[in-house]
Amino acid sequence: MKDHVDMIIGGEAGQGLVTIGEILSKSLVRAGYHIVVNQGYQSRIRGGHNTFMISVSPNPISAPPPEPYSKEFDICIALDETTALQAANNLKSDGLLIYDEKFGNMDWARSLKIPYKEIATGIYENTAAFGIIASILGLDPSLATEVINQTFSRHPESIEANSKALMNAFKWIENQIAINDLANNRLVPCDARVSRLMLNGNEAIALGAIAAGLRFYSFYPMTPSTSIALTIASYANRMGIVIEQAEDEISAINMAIGASYAGAPAMVGTSGGGFALMVEGVSLAAMTETPIVIALAQRPGPATGMPTRTEQADLEYALHSGHGEFPRALYAPSSIEECFYLTAKAFQLAEKYQSPVFILTDQFLADSFRSVDALNLDEVQQVYPGSDPSDVQVPYLRYRITDDGVSPRLIPGTSKHLVVVDSDEHTEDGHLTEDEVDHVSCIKKDGKKEYLSIRRKMVEKRLRKLEGLRNEVIHPIYIGDHSPDVLMVSWGSTRGAVEEAVKQLRQSGVTSAMLHFTQVWPLIPESFVDYLQAAKSVVSVEGNATGQLTNLIRRETGFLINKSILRYDGLPITQRYILEEMDGLV
Amino acid sequence: MVKIEDYGEYETAWCPGCGNHSILKCVKQALVEENLEPHQIIMVSGIGQAAKAPHYMNANVFNGLHGRAIPAATGIKLANRNMPVIVESGDGCTYGEGGNHFLAALRRNINITLIVHDNQVYGLTKGQASPTSMKGFVTKAQPNGTFSEPLNPIEIAVVMRAGFVARGFSGMPELLVQLIRQGMNHEGLALIDVLQPCVSFNKINTFAWYKSRCYQLPEDYDPYNQEAAFVKAGEWGDRIPVGIIYKNDRPSFDSYFPINKDGPLGYEEVDKSALKDIIDNYR
Repeated sequence: MKDHVDMIIGGEAGQGLVTIGEILSKSLVRAGYHIVVNQGYQSRIRGGHNTFMISVSPNPISAPPPEPYSKEFDICIALDETTALQAANNLKSDGLLIYDEKFGNMDWARSLKIPYKEIATGIYENTAAFGIIASILGLDPSLATEVINQTFSRHPESIEANSKALMNAFKWIENQIAINDLANNRLVPCDARVSRLMLNGNEAIALGAIAAGLRFYSFYPMTPSTSIALTIASYANRMGIVIEQAEDEISAINMAIGASYAGAPAMVGTSGGGFALMVEGVSLAAMTETPIVIALAQRPGPATGMPTRTEQADLEYALHSGHGEFPRALYAPSSIEECFYLTAKAFQLAEKYQSPVFILTDQFLADSFRSVDALNLDEVQQVYPGSDPSDVQVPYLRYRITDDGVSPRLIPGTSKHLVVVDSDEHTEDGHLTEDEVDHVSCIKKDGKKEYLSIRRKMVEKRLRKLEGLRNEVIHPIYIGDHSPDVLMVSWGSTRGAVEEAVKQLRQSGVTSAMLHFTQVWPLIPESFVDYLQAAKSVVSVEGNATGQLTNLIRRETGFLINKSILRYDGLPITQRYILEEMDGLV
Repeated sequence: MVKIEDYGEYETAWCPGCGNHSILKCVKQALVEENLEPHQIIMVSGIGQAAKAPHYMNANVFNGLHGRAIPAATGIKLANRNMPVIVESGDGCTYGEGGNHFLAALRRNINITLIVHDNQVYGLTKGQASPTSMKGFVTKAQPNGTFSEPLNPIEIAVVMRAGFVARGFSGMPELLVQLIRQGMNHEGLALIDVLQPCVSFNKINTFAWYKSRCYQLPEDYDPYNQEAAFVKAGEWGDRIPVGIIYKNDRPSFDSYFPINKDGPLGYEEVDKSALKDIIDNYR
């Protein structure tokens, strides 16, 4: 029996690989196991080589499964011949290959050739494949049946055939156990069947937004952000949300800003080039001081790059997106739970500081299904747009100069006050100004004229909001030894892998620790610079080629992190990758 | 009763004799006749001389980016269906920079009034060709004359079965006021392309040029007849028809959303028990 199994399901697009993967994942979570999924796919509807990888354990896990072709997997389920032929590259030396007998005989010591045609017919072969692997892992057949029935509940006519295929698969494996030494693939049973959720990052972002009071979502489909939209769309009617597929990303963000101005908490989701199109809107939100949440699921660039792979290379771009100078906040969730709670918090922050707030994820986290203990709605506060019109100072000025830079935001039409916002530089009442000597307050105390004084005041007013944002920063988390030999610095989705690498280093006797950022802007140097200075060696771990957080830390603190483990081949950072790169680095 | 004074009178950045003055007055007059107070209307614009219009009246204003007035107005309308929304921008903003949004708006048929100040030239940037400039129109940027055929927004809108398609002329203010009012009362997108002179940069299509060509559609003209509308939409040259060219009664985009009709969507409470059910389904 095993307390950790890494599986890879490989096949062509259109073969039902994701369906098998999701059903299997769901069954494992239902049985009480913890999982982390990584999905590798290509920009095509049929064919190609796709993978669905699952790490499973009765103990909590957060690190991604190994890379394909890493020879690290315990089990490989080959839905196509290509995957079967690659067994030697994917599996550990004692790993188990499961394949269709129609591929012929495979040259791999521990393999199971499945006569799918005997077990099931036609479309039910996928259910049979699920049954085979569920049975090998030691899952309860009744639980497997329950998940299958639920999955196909919309096709009641298929339930009988699905159940039959499933039972045949379990029966077939039972007969094989003795001859094939299969029992040792079973998972250590879970103590109790704890009821957990199974979600991926994008689903959690969507739910977090809905919980916070999202009322308007506009988007243009773009991998890997699209499933945020799909999740919201499936609940929009029930939750009273307007969702619109815009004609392009430019329209999407301008619509969202318009909706936010008119009193609907709004979010857009996009990726790479789609975000590039949205950038003028980021600047518009900043100038009009309209709240907006932007979910940016990163993928490798430049240009179209690798649409279905992962990268962390848009930190600097998001941080500097939009012409002109203005405050913003950037969250980078590292887990499914953080995708949910940080998205909800982003709505609060966007409304409070009338500024753009970003959620930076990537393809790996966006598509990564995981077991989640709970999402607690009581921990989420609903955001309400604007302030109470009866509280505002008269005359009402949308951009009244205030100490903290936050002006009273009213929603148009909800009072007699006129709400005037402008993408041009404006006076306090919102109307555009370009006069060289402003009529409002051009004479300083000493009698000298101050040119474009309202421009200066508005720039400073907007930038003062950064102070408020700074006060609400989520500080980086530090885990591990004090003053360690090795301190790894990371951000966003890499946390699981880094934490696991630190754990393994410590087990091997190297004192080590992790400093992980889930908010990458603003940075508060006082909250982490001591950790950097106390470590003997600091290594940054980032999913990009230039060390973007490393550069940002140097800019903000002067501290130079001169060792880095970077990954930019489109795959997520794994603990194995970190430890291999670490060899010779420290 | 709402009075025109309620909408204020402001110094503008426009040249004397610019068609914008007349269009601004017509918009205010239409709002007065609709008995709407300044806080009961949202004016949306992009960038250009025309797009400054909302700054010269009392109203709620969203003055967004060049070309992006329509998307912003779409979001505004969907966030609060109670509020009448008028977009005012020029031909460059609406048909050039915002061309894709213009097409999408015609398809969507969202319930907003789209007033396009069409002077066939860029004014704010001082005299370059616009999408509606006539072929051969010479400017400093197009010294050999524009090579492209002009875009005819009315033809496009008729082909795409926009809900309400009208052409106005700043020199026929009484008609324009009525077109704006009818556009505002139309449930769906109302396009009103308003011909106007640019006294500084368009020496071809002058006030006199339009004045001698624009004629009002006869009373027995049936705007519901799409075939007849095609003919009228294409009429350009010696005679230019003004009035409602085409109309239909297809439902407005916003009417399809099963959402609250009373005020901003964000004032609604999140249905936590429904959301809890949704989350539980991930078990």
